[in-house]
Amino acid sequence: MSQFARNLQDQVARAEKGGSIPTDTPRSIIQIQNVTRKFGDFVAVNDVSLTIYEGELFSLLGGSGCGKTTLLRMLAGFETPSSGRILIDGQDMTHIPPFERPVNMMFQSYALFPHMTVEQNVAFGLKQDGMPSAEVKKRVAEMLDIVELSALGKRKPHQLSGGQRQRVALVRALAKRPKVLLLDEPLGALDKKLRERTQLELVNIQESLGVTFVVVTHDQEEAMTMSCRVAIMNQGRILQVDTPHAMYEYPNTRFVAEFFGSVNMFEGILVEDEADHVVIDCPELSRPIYVSHGVSGREGGTAYAAIRPEKVALSKEEPADTSRNCSTGVVQDIVYLGGESTYLVKLDSGRVVRVSLQNAYRAAEPEITWDDRVWISWQPSNVVVVSS
Amino acid sequence: MSTELDPLTGGATVSPAPGAAATVAEQTKADAPPPRPKHRLYRVLFRGPLALRGRGLVIAIPYLWLLLFFLTPFAIVLKISFAEFMVGVPPYTPLVEWVDDTYLKITLAFSGYKYLLEDSMYVNAYLGSLRIAATATVLCLLLGYPMAYGIARSSPSTRNVLLLLVVLPFWTSFLIRVYAWIGILKNNGLLNNALMGLGIINEPIEMLNTEFAIYIGIVYSYLPFMILPLYTTLEKLDGSLLEAAMDLGCRPWKAFLKVTLPLSMPGIVAGCMLVFIPSVGEFVIPDLLGGASTLMIGKVMWNEFFQNRDWPTASAVAIAMLILLVLPIVGFQRYQLVQEEKAREGSK
Ligand SMILES: Nc1ncnc2c1ncn2[C@@H]1O[C@H](COP(=O)(O)OP(=O)(O)O)[C@@H](O)[C@H]1O
Ligand SMILES: [Mg+2]
Repeated sequence: MSQFARNLQDQVARAEKGGSIPTDTPRSIIQIQNVTRKFGDFVAVNDVSLTIYEGELFSLLGGSGCGKTTLLRMLAGFETPSSGRILIDGQDMTHIPPFERPVNMMFQSYALFPHMTVEQNVAFGLKQDGMPSAEVKKRVAEMLDIVELSALGKRKPHQLSGGQRQRVALVRALAKRPKVLLLDEPLGALDKKLRERTQLELVNIQESLGVTFVVVTHDQEEAMTMSCRVAIMNQGRILQVDTPHAMYEYPNTRFVAEFFGSVNMFEGILVEDEADHVVIDCPELSRPIYVSHGVSGREGGTAYAAIRPEKVALSKEEPADTSRNCSTGVVQDIVYLGGESTYLVKLDSGRVVRVSLQNAYRAAEPEITWDDRVWISWQPSNVVVVSS
Repeated sequence: MSTELDPLTGGATVSPAPGAAATVAEQTKADAPPPRPKHRLYRVLFRGPLALRGRGLVIAIPYLWLLLFFLTPFAIVLKISFAEFMVGVPPYTPLVEWVDDTYLKITLAFSGYKYLLEDSMYVNAYLGSLRIAATATVLCLLLGYPMAYGIARSSPSTRNVLLLLVVLPFWTSFLIRVYAWIGILKNNGLLNNALMGLGIINEPIEMLNTEFAIYIGIVYSYLPFMILPLYTTLEKLDGSLLEAAMDLGCRPWKAFLKVTLPLSMPGIVAGCMLVFIPSVGEFVIPDLLGGASTLMIGKVMWNEFFQNRDWPTASAVAIAMLILLVLPIVGFQRYQLVQEEKAREGSK
């Protein structure tokens, strides 16, 4: 993440908390207020409220069918909310048709006009605005230059590769300099290698043009790599809106913890609930989980403790404190992933826990191997208690 | 005639010496059984440079069909068009003749073609046919496009019902359907009676035996041929293209003109060809609905053939019509090819 994005994140965080340094408060560009969209009885988008700030790269993340595209299409004007309001740049746009909105969309299928050349595609929106043709020409050349496609301006879309088409679609949507660019799974059709490279390109273009991006994606890593902030959706609702870092380290629900990265989730009973710590008794672990932060739970009620695989320590020796936050088990499997390895440790209760270890050394033999009896342990500060 | 011309039966050259034969037999036995000799026709068809294999075989069948049932009759008509009228069976002069058992006489008579150019009736009939067919094609397009568009945009279940309705008339004979229009259009027919019954008109309107009736007949009969190809192109059209156009600032009508219309061009061309070409030569509709005064080339040809029994002139009419229709089509296809070439060149 660039310094620019980092600063913006800070400012947004302050603004969201009601912070009040007027000089660098970011301006909200999209306000979604209690928007619901129903198809018959089916609620595709359920009472969503969201503020997106100028200059942000904002991601809508969620599984297939959770309503991301529907929400994005409501921003573009292709769907009308069943209830609620959408403000773009302070103006109520809820019922304004797409051709009068100051936003543009990059379609999942790219939707390039097959009967027009690359240049004509990019010029299309500009001509609709009645821009003089000399200026159109200049702008088209400029846009094609950004994505390094100047040489292919005379080609038709079917004569381009998937990656080239994706870039044409991007600059066609950007050519009109919209206030907000809406991108529906912009990298979904690319292969993995190309996708990773394009993620960075997309962020660079976004920052250099200063256009607000709203990106729909189902790929958690993609959202994490690119976004200033991420909203996680499930079944039409937004569960959490946060920076990728906060989303990963402080998920507020079980769903978010499990969706955003991999996690070991333990269900247990809240046996001790103090202001500075809680203790959860989990039948799958031989010792209780001690968490060094308070939660708003009910003593005696069910609680979920989330521990990320890389925050679990693995050793053959007994840890210093065996009264809490540890358990014993047997290494069942080791998944080698290059930079790191994931160990699947089967606890005595039968529960399998994922542990990630960095492969920092090119040592010939790993210290811990299959069928070894091991201890797993973790720090009290590395556990997050989430609601179901 | 002589044995020299039959080299395959030359025994001595084919059979080797007994000893050599034995060694060859031993060798082949060791590797594989010797290939069975194939029939000569088989070799021509499936081996060598002119062999029919795979794709070629598939293409060959329809071509053979066309050769047999299209080109052969065409050749016969072409031949008759260069003959002269004569009383007899067949009613035209032969093209090729033996004279005095010595000369092979080929007579090419251009009287049929000359006739076409001299008598302004033929030229007028051609022009009339082209005009009526073109107008009817435009009418079909204007009517058919919104219908095809509506069908393509409707939900899948409604779509099937609507398509069925479009092709439903084909279950009744074409001739009967055109006859039915007589009952509707004549002076004391359905339409006039209804209009008079409603008090809209006092006198019946003369509709049958007018050009109006011909248009009704052609548009009614050929509309499905316009709708179906249009429907197939419109149905394939990606809806997100229209959304993209609107997203980039087009109002719906403009999006239609800039995206839908150009992308449905193949359907428009196909539909227009399917309506225009048979309409030009249409005989039944002008004969039944258009009355005696209609000048359409199909009718003229019929008259030459069945009333005047002038086969050469009728054939000349047919050949001229074919040329008149085929040339624009060939020209159009050449144009399309050139455009495609250009597009390909532009991409390099
Ligand atoms: N036009 C529509 N009519 C009926 N249901 C729809 C329509 N558009 C979307 N849906 C439903 O709404 C849900 C959310 O769709 P969508 O927003 O496309 O999900 P995604 O998060 O995968 O982009 C899906 O279950 C889909 O079936
Ligand atoms: Mg989607």
